[in-house]
Amino acid sequence: MTDFLLELRSEEIPARMQAGARAELEKLFRAQMSAAGIDVGDLTIWSTPRRLALIAKGLPQATAAVSEELKGPRSSAPPQALEGFLRKTGLTQDQLEDRDGVYFAVIDKPGRATAEVLAEAIPAIVRAFAWPKSMRWGKASASSESLRWVRPLSGIVAIFGEELIPCEVSGISAGYATRGHRFHCPGEITIGSASDYAEKLRACHVIVDHEERQSIIRDGAAKAAADAGLTLVEDEGLVIENAGLTEWPVPLLGRFDEAFLEVPPEVIQLTARVNQKYFVVNDAGGKLANGFVCTANIDAVDGGAEIVAGNRKVLAARLSDARFFWEQDRKTKLEDHAKKLDRITFHEKLGTVADKVERVAKLAEWLASEGIVPNCDPALARQAAELAKADLVTEMVGEFPELQGLMGGYYARAEGLPDAVADAIRDHYKPVGQGDDVPTAPVTVAVALADKLDTLFGFFREDMFPTGSKDPFALRRAGISSLRLILQNGLKLSTDAAATQWLGQSDPAAQLNEKQIADRKILTSIPDFLTERLAVQLRETGISADVVQASREWNGRDDTRLDRTEARARDLQAFLATEDGANLLAGYKRAANILKQAGEVSATPAATPPTDADAALLAALDAAEPAASAAVAEERFTDAMAALASLRAPIDAFFDGVMVNDPDETVRAYRLGLLARFTGAVHGVADFSKIEG
Amino acid sequence: MADGADKTPLSFQDMILTLHAYWRARGCAILQPYDMRVGAGTFHPATTLRSLGPEPWNVAYVQPSRRPTDGRYGENPNRLQHYYQYQVILKPSPADLQERYLGSLAAIGIDPLLHDIRFVEDDWESPTLGAWGLGWEVWCDGMEVTQFTYFQQMGGFDCKPVAGELTYGLERLAMYIQNVDNVYDLRFSDAVGDVAAVSYGDVFLENEKQFSKWNFEVADTDTLFAGFKAAEAECQRAIAANVPLAAYDQAIEASHLFNLLQARGVISVQERANYMARVRDLAKGSCKAWIDSQSAAWTAKYPGWTL
Repeated sequence: MTDFLLELRSEEIPARMQAGARAELEKLFRAQMSAAGIDVGDLTIWSTPRRLALIAKGLPQATAAVSEELKGPRSSAPPQALEGFLRKTGLTQDQLEDRDGVYFAVIDKPGRATAEVLAEAIPAIVRAFAWPKSMRWGKASASSESLRWVRPLSGIVAIFGEELIPCEVSGISAGYATRGHRFHCPGEITIGSASDYAEKLRACHVIVDHEERQSIIRDGAAKAAADAGLTLVEDEGLVIENAGLTEWPVPLLGRFDEAFLEVPPEVIQLTARVNQKYFVVNDAGGKLANGFVCTANIDAVDGGAEIVAGNRKVLAARLSDARFFWEQDRKTKLEDHAKKLDRITFHEKLGTVADKVERVAKLAEWLASEGIVPNCDPALARQAAELAKADLVTEMVGEFPELQGLMGGYYARAEGLPDAVADAIRDHYKPVGQGDDVPTAPVTVAVALADKLDTLFGFFREDMFPTGSKDPFALRRAGISSLRLILQNGLKLSTDAAATQWLGQSDPAAQLNEKQIADRKILTSIPDFLTERLAVQLRETGISADVVQASREWNGRDDTRLDRTEARARDLQAFLATEDGANLLAGYKRAANILKQAGEVSATPAATPPTDADAALLAALDAAEPAASAAVAEERFTDAMAALASLRAPIDAFFDGVMVNDPDETVRAYRLGLLARFTGAVHGVADFSKIEG
Repeated sequence: MADGADKTPLSFQDMILTLHAYWRARGCAILQPYDMRVGAGTFHPATTLRSLGPEPWNVAYVQPSRRPTDGRYGENPNRLQHYYQYQVILKPSPADLQERYLGSLAAIGIDPLLHDIRFVEDDWESPTLGAWGLGWEVWCDGMEVTQFTYFQQMGGFDCKPVAGELTYGLERLAMYIQNVDNVYDLRFSDAVGDVAAVSYGDVFLENEKQFSKWNFEVADTDTLFAGFKAAEAECQRAIAANVPLAAYDQAIEASHLFNLLQARGVISVQERANYMARVRDLAKGSCKAWIDSQSAAWTAKYPGWTL
């Protein structure tokens, strides 16, 4: 058993691609080995900006010899069949075995030296390697066929045990020599085997294990902050990125001018993080402090003083830009910024951002004035919506698009607008993803929901639906966000009413032209789309799709109120999990089957119940029906389910005690009538026919 | 500078002269700036057109670059509407390009064991030139000092072979080396005998004030629009007449006039993409015409080479 070391050296590999590259190297290596019949156990895979390394422990010296047996044609088969078989196997007829009139070819494959397998596998791995973006370089790139790699490939180390694996890719031959740290140890170093690789590199200022570098950064940055009485703002993304940019990471704490702290903390953090890859730190009170931690790639001869001074200067220049934007943007009121939105196209078929803002303002105002978003001042909702997008034309958001909304909120507060308006501007893009908080402040809810509904209505009106994996306008996300706003705030919003309002068709007496009539398709497509999203969401909380299907009809039409569909589905799911629910469902199925077989029930039922069991069910129905329908009308679905539960014992007793298909036609008709009433009562609560099982 | 406590850091002009000497010693022809208004050293035909085709090409030059929208009337310590780029093109890209580049930093006084030099992913793309490449921005203590690119395509054509391009931001680098916070405080030249030193501000502050005003406020937009149209038409005439070098000049002209129109704020967001596409068509057309005019010679001299 022998260990194998492979190192692929490259000019600096982008930090964000290194994790993917490690996975790719493992995948390709395993595929090559498995094709050759070599078992590979655990692999160690490391990356630095300048190398990918793989160590496979305990490989065999050679692959096992295998004997392969192939069944051929019958010996009585026409000669063409035999010729074909000989061509396929590369044997002659006398080498075949005749077993009971059938030819067999026995091919012995001797084992191959693993070194030989590796020598073929390495170039194949390099050539097959998939990078997110790759390039050509050097003299060889005069031909289109030249090797592609993420950046120029500069060296290969391939050692099996202590033996060099001779191989070559695009003019680069494998050898024992690698290079240490670019500045600390620029010369060649010779590797003996997999076992001394990491330590030899460490001696040359390269920590090849990315996880070790991550720990050094994580712990070192925290310590640098703590030593100054500060707390590091943890950021695992930055830890990984800095580990991908360094071979010898040295976290260093620096300070910036306290005067910059007047700029919003999010801006400082973003500038430091995105542009400079620095961590930020908090003071003892948990507020952003005037410090940063940068990660150098060298043990500087002066302990890093010059590096910190240089980085401080760069950050200061960045922060002065940010402060300039912060000051500049506030010189103009948001309502004046908003006037420039008519220069930005939202979508060619949906007009400018200014057009969108006006539609959103109308819808938000309507949601408030109708009381759909309770306790919401319509004037504030309109004002917030009109200003919500104004920060898109500010310098700061131009520089940092991620700060959209947030900056608008700051600017609104700075010019003295009401908190409810500033908060709504800040949070109206929420909820952004699954983990994001759902706003609850009324004005914010009105603007956030109106914004998303406007997007959905607009694209659906133009027939631009999400299809399969294609959703270029993120309409599914807009749908899910709308849903979460509606459900978590318990909004009793009929989405078709909102669509009617949005289309400007709320006057029932108005004459509509053809285009306007065609636009009304969104009155059904939107509720349908949102109910589908609801079913997907509910499935994740254990409510099955058929239960949602059973809950989506209201007064003979699709229910356009998502809160109601959801409440009904939840209560129905809970009810079906009870013994009463499960038995009632069984009783319902049985009744429905009998009714289906009976076809049309034509005879007039007898006036009086033929037996006590009939009378008991009748009495139960008389009591349950009004209770259930009253509860449903008031949307008390738990009560409605309880009313149904009261039918469970009588329906069970009924089926136990009587035969529905009584020879007496009047009795039969009476009983069928009772069952029809029973299923009708159940349908009044939910469409049990949609429920599976 | 701690690494040079005993010696004065290079002046702006000495930094340029040092880079010239460094690259000359590595076989580069030292060219002069192109005599037209351009936004970056890449626009010099010695980069754009010469990065196409199979012939080796190793040059270095300084290119004055104009970015009208970056003007700040001489009031911002870092931003200029006119500045200098130092451009090196090595085709095909040599295997030790990174080492050669780092050698040039050492030559102008940057010690890599005192300063943190890093290659940070940055994929370069010029939509107006129909060009892209992969490489890095080179950081020195967190500051971008050079754009380092392996050209993959120019004018929409594959670079065969690939050229390595180094673009140094001279003012930034000089501010770093001289440890000054304001570009106008840079020592442009040193005092010699009784001739006083000249600062960057002595040379350029007034230019920044006047050109910022002209770019943003004065330039006549009708004239600029007319100039753009004229350059576009002339470029196409030159392509038709099979003089691609002349055509390319007009593409550069159109590109700069477009930048000026942007600074004047008269091109809407919607129109912007359209203008950029028109400039790209001119640049691509010029590149194609250049290839057409040269490919017979290229294939004769480099058998097996294909576009």
